[in-house]
Amino acid sequence: MRVGVITFPGTLDDVDASRAVAYAGGEAVALWHADADLKGVDAVVVPGGFSYGDYLRAGAIARFAPVMGEVVEAAKRGMPVLGICNGFQILCEAHLLPGALTRNDKLHFVCRDQWLKVENNETAWTTRYDEGAEILVPLKSGEGGYQADQATLDELEGEGRVVFRYAGGNPNGSRNDIAGITSANGRVVGLMPHPEHAIDALTGPSDDGLGIFLSLLDAVVSA
Amino acid sequence: MNQVDTVKNAEATPEVEQPYRELGLKDDEYARIREILGRRPTDAELAMYSVMWSEHCSYKSSKVHLKYFGETTTDEMREKMLAGIGENAGVVDIGDGWAVTFKVESHNHPSYVEPYQGAATGVGGIVRDILAMGARPLAVMDPLRFGPADAPDTRRVLPGIVAGVGGYGNCLGLPNIGGEVVFDPSYAGNPLVNALCVGAMRVEDLHLAHASGAGNKVILYGARTGLDGIGGVSVLASETFDDSAGKRKKLPSVQVGDPFTEKVLIECSLELFGSGLVVGIQDLGGAGLSCATSELASAGDGGMRVWLDRVPLRATGMTPAEVLSSESQERMCAVVRPEDVDAFMAVCAKWDVIATEIGEVTEGDRLVITWHDEVVVDVPPRTVAHEGPVYQRPVQRPADQDQLQANTPDALPRPAREELLELVKTMAASPNLASRRWVTQQYDRYVRGGTVLAQPSDSGMIRIDESTQRGVALATDCNGRYTRLDPYAGAQLALAEAYRNVATSGATPVAVTNCLNFGSPEDPAVMWQFEQAVKGLADGCAELGIPVTGGNVSFYNQTGSTAILPTPVVGVLGVIDDVRRRIPTGIGAEAGETLLLLGETREEFGGSEWAHHVHGHLGGLPPKVDLAREKLLGEILVAGSRDGMLSAAHDLSEGGLAQALVEACLIGETGARVFLEGDLFTELFSESAGRVLVAVPRTEELRFTDMCTARGLPWRKVGVVDPESKALEIQGLGELGLDELRAAWEGTLPALFD
Repeated sequence: MRVGVITFPGTLDDVDASRAVAYAGGEAVALWHADADLKGVDAVVVPGGFSYGDYLRAGAIARFAPVMGEVVEAAKRGMPVLGICNGFQILCEAHLLPGALTRNDKLHFVCRDQWLKVENNETAWTTRYDEGAEILVPLKSGEGGYQADQATLDELEGEGRVVFRYAGGNPNGSRNDIAGITSANGRVVGLMPHPEHAIDALTGPSDDGLGIFLSLLDAVVSA
Repeated sequence: MNQVDTVKNAEATPEVEQPYRELGLKDDEYARIREILGRRPTDAELAMYSVMWSEHCSYKSSKVHLKYFGETTTDEMREKMLAGIGENAGVVDIGDGWAVTFKVESHNHPSYVEPYQGAATGVGGIVRDILAMGARPLAVMDPLRFGPADAPDTRRVLPGIVAGVGGYGNCLGLPNIGGEVVFDPSYAGNPLVNALCVGAMRVEDLHLAHASGAGNKVILYGARTGLDGIGGVSVLASETFDDSAGKRKKLPSVQVGDPFTEKVLIECSLELFGSGLVVGIQDLGGAGLSCATSELASAGDGGMRVWLDRVPLRATGMTPAEVLSSESQERMCAVVRPEDVDAFMAVCAKWDVIATEIGEVTEGDRLVITWHDEVVVDVPPRTVAHEGPVYQRPVQRPADQDQLQANTPDALPRPAREELLELVKTMAASPNLASRRWVTQQYDRYVRGGTVLAQPSDSGMIRIDESTQRGVALATDCNGRYTRLDPYAGAQLALAEAYRNVATSGATPVAVTNCLNFGSPEDPAVMWQFEQAVKGLADGCAELGIPVTGGNVSFYNQTGSTAILPTPVVGVLGVIDDVRRRIPTGIGAEAGETLLLLGETREEFGGSEWAHHVHGHLGGLPPKVDLAREKLLGEILVAGSRDGMLSAAHDLSEGGLAQALVEACLIGETGARVFLEGDLFTELFSESAGRVLVAVPRTEELRFTDMCTARGLPWRKVGVVDPESKALEIQGLGELGLDELRAAWEGTLPALFD
C-alpha cells in the first residue's frame, strides 16, 4: 500500500506521518506541493505544520497548491484522505470537510497529551478502534477551536460524522468538543490531535494513534 | 539623495568628525582603526568595526579569561571533539559515525525591550548557528530567568518571552525539550533569555566557515535585508547624511523574526549541503553582513570582493553602512565553486528562497566592498573579525563578599516538626519549584518524533538514529544564588547539576557548553565573579574529564548599578547507546519499587530555596561540591540504566529531597511511603549536592545496592513506592494526598499568568 505524504513549505510533521505509515506496514511516498501529481498512491495524508507560515489564515494558501487540486479530485473518487492539524485546516479550506478552525479560546498554543473518544469507527481511518474507546494522543496547536454554524453541527452530529471528541476537558473551545470529523462517505477524515506522534510509547504518550494507520491499511487492502 | 562616504572620500577628508563614540568605540579604539587603515574609516568601515569590536562580538573583556578553558582542556578531553571554541558551535563525535553539535546563546537585552520578538529571534539565531555547522537542527531548550513571579513587569515580560520561544520554535518544527524558569528579584530589570539548540550530522558532513579558493562565489540567500535590527549604526545615518531630518522611518532595533522563512531556509540549506554544493557557510546573526563577510574572509586563505548594492533589500534608500549592519533575520552566506552556482540557484528556486551572488573570493588579503562601483570598504578582514581590542579589566573581590558569606542561614528560625508536612506543600507551590507546565505546554515537544524525554524530566533526550536507537541527553542548570555566594563553587555546582541531570536519565556526559550571564565588565566586582566562575567551570570540567566545546558571554546585565546574580548557565551533553534504556523521572513504572537515596545529606542551607522563599535570605556558603563523587554517581546511574536495574531516578537540587519526592510521585502519578531518620528538616530540605533519588524494582535491589557499596557510593533506603495509596506519606509526619499536592504544584503559574 502506497500512502502519499504531502510537503508544503512550512510543513513540519511530514517525517512523523511517513514514519507512522511505515510503522503500520505501508509505504510512504513523498508528495511535493508544487507537483500536480499523486504518483499513483492509494491514500493521502496532509500532515501538520505551518504551511506557508499560516499567513493569511491557517491552510488558506495551501489549498491552492497544485497538489491539492489532485487531492480534491481523488477524494471525490473515494480515495482515503487524512488531514492532521494544519492538514485538517487545509481540508476545511479546500471544502473537503465543513467548518473552520479558529484560535484557541485561551489564545495560547497548547501542547498536551489529550484523551479522545472515538465516536465513529466506520470511516476508512478508524475501523481498528472500538466505538466509544478512549485514546491518548498529543494535541499541539494554536488554532484548534472547531467552529461551524448550527446547521452544519446538527448535520455532522445527525449523520454520525463526528469521529473524535475531546474527553476530559475541552482544550481549545471547539464546538461540541469536536476533535475530528469525516466526510459524508467516511473516506476523508480531519482531526486536530496528532495520531502520528502516538505510534510508540518511547516517543509519544502511547501507541494509540497507530490504529488510524492500521485502519487505513485494512481499508485499502479490502477495497 | 544621500552622498556615499567612499574610501576615496575618506582619504580626501581626513578631518571629518565621526560619531564613533555614539557607536560605542573608545578614543583609543578609533585611533587604532585609523592606524590600521592609514586613514579615517569610511562610514561603512566604521559601522563594521564598531559592531565587530563591540563586547558582544569581540569578547574584548572576557577573552583573557576564556583562554583558561583552552589551557585546561587536555588532549584526552579533546579526543571526541571535532570542533570547539571559536567555531559557530562545538561538535562532538558520539559514535556510529554521528556528530552532534550544540550551543547556547543569550538574547537578554532584546527580550526585555520587546519580549516576543527578542525571544523568537534568540531561538532563530541559535538554530542558524547549528545549521551553519552542516547539521540538521533537532531540538531546542530555553533557560529563562525573570524578576519576582508576582512583579507587574514579570507579567509583561514572561508571557511574551514564552510565546516568542514557542511561536518561533513551534513554527520551525523543532521540539523544545527542556530548559529552566527561575525567578529572582535581581532579574527584574534584566530578564535572561538563553537559547540552546542541538543538531546532528554524519561526521563527514561537518561544514566549517571557510572562504577558501580564489574565484569561488559568495552567495547570500534567505530573507531580504531591511532596516530592522540596526541599533547604534543608525546614528551614522542621522548624523552624517540625514538632510531630511526626521523623515526617515526608524524601525525597532530589535530584529523581527519570521520562522516560516527560517524553516524553508533550513530545508533548503540541508539540500544544498547534501548535494555537495557548499564550500563554506556562515549564518548572519549579530552584526549581519559585517560579521559574515569578515568572518568568512578571515577564516579562508584569501581576500574577498563584495558588490554590496546587489544585496536584495526590503527598504529603499538604505546606506552601505546600514546594509552591512542590518540584523535582518533568516539569512545565510555560502561560498560556492563557480561551476556549482547554477545548481545552487536551482535548489534555492525549488524552495522559493532568494539567492544572490554578492561577491567572490580573491587572491589578495583584503576585504573590498563596493557600492555602485565605488569602494566603500577596503580592510584587512582579520582586523575586523579577530584582532579587535582586548582588555585586561580590573578584578576585585567585592567588599561585601566576606560579610555575605558570614551571614549564614544558621540563625534563621526553622519550622517545628508539626509544620514540616505543610512546608513540603508550600515549597512545592513556591514560584521556583512549582510545575513549569504553564510554560512548557506552549512548546511543541513532539515534532519530528525523536523526543524520548522532555520537561519535566531531569534532562531532555532525543533519538539521533532510528536504526541503532542511539541518542543524546541535554540539561542546562545554574543557581545564581550559589554563584553569588561563591562564584567558583557556584559554577562547579551548575556543572555538577547539569552533569547529574544527564546521568540521571541514563546518558554518559561527554561535553559542555555555557552561557555566561553577568553584570558590567567595567565593575571590578563583576569581573571577579566572572573570573572565578570561568576558573571554577574550567577546573570542574578538567576534573570530570569533559571539554567545554563552546559558549557565549553576555555582560552588562544589570539595572542601574545593580548587577544580576552571576549566572553562568552550564549545558551538558550526554550520549546514550540505546534510548530505550532511558530512566524516567516518575515512579510507579514497575510493581514493587524501593526508593533509595544515593549520596550524602549534610546540613546545607546557604543559598537554598527554603532560605530564599521562606526568609528572603541570601548568605553563607553554597553546598559543598565533590566532583569525584558526582563522577562516581554518574557511572553508577549509567550502569543502572544499562543493566535495567533502575525504574526511575530524579536528581535532588533546589528544594531538596522533599521536592524530589513530590515530583517523582506527581510525574509518575503514584504514591510513596517514606521513612527518614535524623533531623527531618535537614533530611527534607537541605540542598546538598551529589544526590539522586532512585526507584529500584525489588528484584534488582540487592544487585544495585551491592554495586553502590562495592564502589563506595553512600546509599540509604528511604521508602517504598505504593501504587495503592494515592498519597505521599512521610512516616512520623503524616501524608499529603497526590491531588492536593498536584493542585499546589501545578496551580502557581496559571494563577499568576493566566
